Amino acid sequence: MRCKRERVIFLQQTEIAVVGGGPAGLAAALEAVKMGCQVTLIDRHAFLGGQLVKQTHKFFGSSKQYAGIRGIDIAKRLAGDLDSGPGKVSLELNTTVLGYYDDGVLLVEKDERVSPLFPERIIVATGAMEKMLLFRNNDLPGVYGAGAVQTLMNLYGVVPGCRVLMIGAGNIGLIVSYQLLQAGVEVAAIVEGDTRIGGYLVHAAKVQRSGIPIYTSHTILEATGENCVEGAVICQVDEKWQPLAGTEREIAVDVICLAVGLTPLTELLRQAGCEMYYVPELGGYVPLRDENMQTTLPHIFVAGDAAGVEEASIAMVEGKIAGISAAGSLRSCTKIDGLLEACRQELHELRAGDTGDKSRRGLEKLRKTMEKRKYAEKDESTGLLRA
Amino acid sequence: MRVIQHPILHFQRGREIKFTFNGRELTGYEGETIAAALHASGVRALGHSPRLNRPRGFFCATGNCSSCLMKVNGIANVRVCITPLQEGAVVEVQKGKGDILATD
Ligand SMILES: Cc1cc2nc3c(=O)[nH]c(=O)nc-3n(C[C@H](O)[C@H](O)[C@H](O)COP(=O)(O)OP(=O)(O)OC[C@H]3O[C@@H](n4cnc5c(N)ncnc54)[C@H](O)[C@@H]3O)c2cc1C
Repeated sequence: MRCKRERVIFLQQTEIAVVGGGPAGLAAALEAVKMGCQVTLIDRHAFLGGQLVKQTHKFFGSSKQYAGIRGIDIAKRLAGDLDSGPGKVSLELNTTVLGYYDDGVLLVEKDERVSPLFPERIIVATGAMEKMLLFRNNDLPGVYGAGAVQTLMNLYGVVPGCRVLMIGAGNIGLIVSYQLLQAGVEVAAIVEGDTRIGGYLVHAAKVQRSGIPIYTSHTILEATGENCVEGAVICQVDEKWQPLAGTEREIAVDVICLAVGLTPLTELLRQAGCEMYYVPELGGYVPLRDENMQTTLPHIFVAGDAAGVEEASIAMVEGKIAGISAAGSLRSCTKIDGLLEACRQELHELRAGDTGDKSRRGLEKLRKTMEKRKYAEKDESTGLLRA
Repeated sequence: MRVIQHPILHFQRGREIKFTFNGRELTGYEGETIAAALHASGVRALGHSPRLNRPRGFFCATGNCSSCLMKVNGIANVRVCITPLQEGAVVEVQKGKGDILATD
């Protein structure tokens, strides 16, 4: 990227900047304008909706409002709500937030032009990114994240290749495999390191019925090919996920699709100095935050996958909470406590049951860490030392 | 290659757009990214790693991983996975880390 030096740079102000226009950011922006705040919503893509715009499947889950609706249609509804909403959100698409300065300024890039934005509150809803996996030649063109494969085929109608090896049999690996079939692409196999399939049984049954083998207790050792992927070497693993010698075999594929989990996009939060904590259940490093989605920096809030990888319905409710809390810190409103309590109840319901087990464990770790931190702060303010 | 038939999606492609890749004329559609148009034309290797000169393609397609940096209309390090394709775009494989101070 290069910025044209001759262009004048002026400081733009806004009350609340929302970074990321996925379900979390959309919900946050909507709540904040409802409360009368001036909101700037920024996304680096040409469209709103984040991950939702490529999800052609009907949403699973617990979602009270949106289960059974295709992700692409949920994105349209949310963007529509924003248009017909009570206030005006200034929308900045094709715009990337590059960084955060200590004085609270966000550096924003659009059309090769960099300008500063000075918001009173920031809501970070940047989502998550696919995790990489270590294997030989994992940098060859044709090794793609599952999200990238979805973007290419469901958004732009371009197939990623002719024959795909899917790594990971969680929900994403299963769903994207099925979507590949729908786009007319062959899926050679799904490889899963664990002894069992992680995703929902309905999805697994669907792909198996379509003739895609799922190899559990297997992993990928190597991508082969000169300039692009031409094949993959897979093998069996033991219960500690160590490769078993003599079980290697090569499969001819031109795409290796990684669906081995997502990790929160937290660069901005980290740069701003929000305290981070490693919670594997939530996808990696996440910002410490309270139940109002406020980080350890009082003017910065977080929501959605950036706060911990979960699902879209949860991202939306967290977005609502962040929007209400951020707006509530600028405008007084008597209804806030009630609104927040209703959202928290909704989150509680969404995370109930077996499928929410992992999230609950992760969030419990966060809660405990926040509590310890509060004690430490108190001690500092009273000047007392704790043993 | 493009998706021909799909049970759920109907791709309404925008108007045809001509652009060049390393001097070769290619076509894509309005509304898609440079990376999608290149991929549809069979171009998967978009550049080389600056030190070891290994082939590079995109990985995340959300503008995050910087594996897809190319030279577009003389400007280096453009993330082609999120940059919309424009009529007459001159897309090139860049050398090394690209010249950021070049003036077109
Ligand atoms: C294959 C697949 C299937 C799924 N199926 C389901 C399902 O059935 N049910 C369900 O509930 N969930 C599902 N999910 C999960 C769901 O999509 C995510 O949890 C949800 O989209 C997270 O929302 P978000 O708003 O936090 O982030 P995202 O949707 O990722 O949006 C974040 C946005 O922020 C933008 N952004 C990031 N950084 C910057 C920056 N610096 N500057 C500007 N913009 C930036 C990104 O480009 C993106 O548009 C699925 C996910 C995948 C990958």
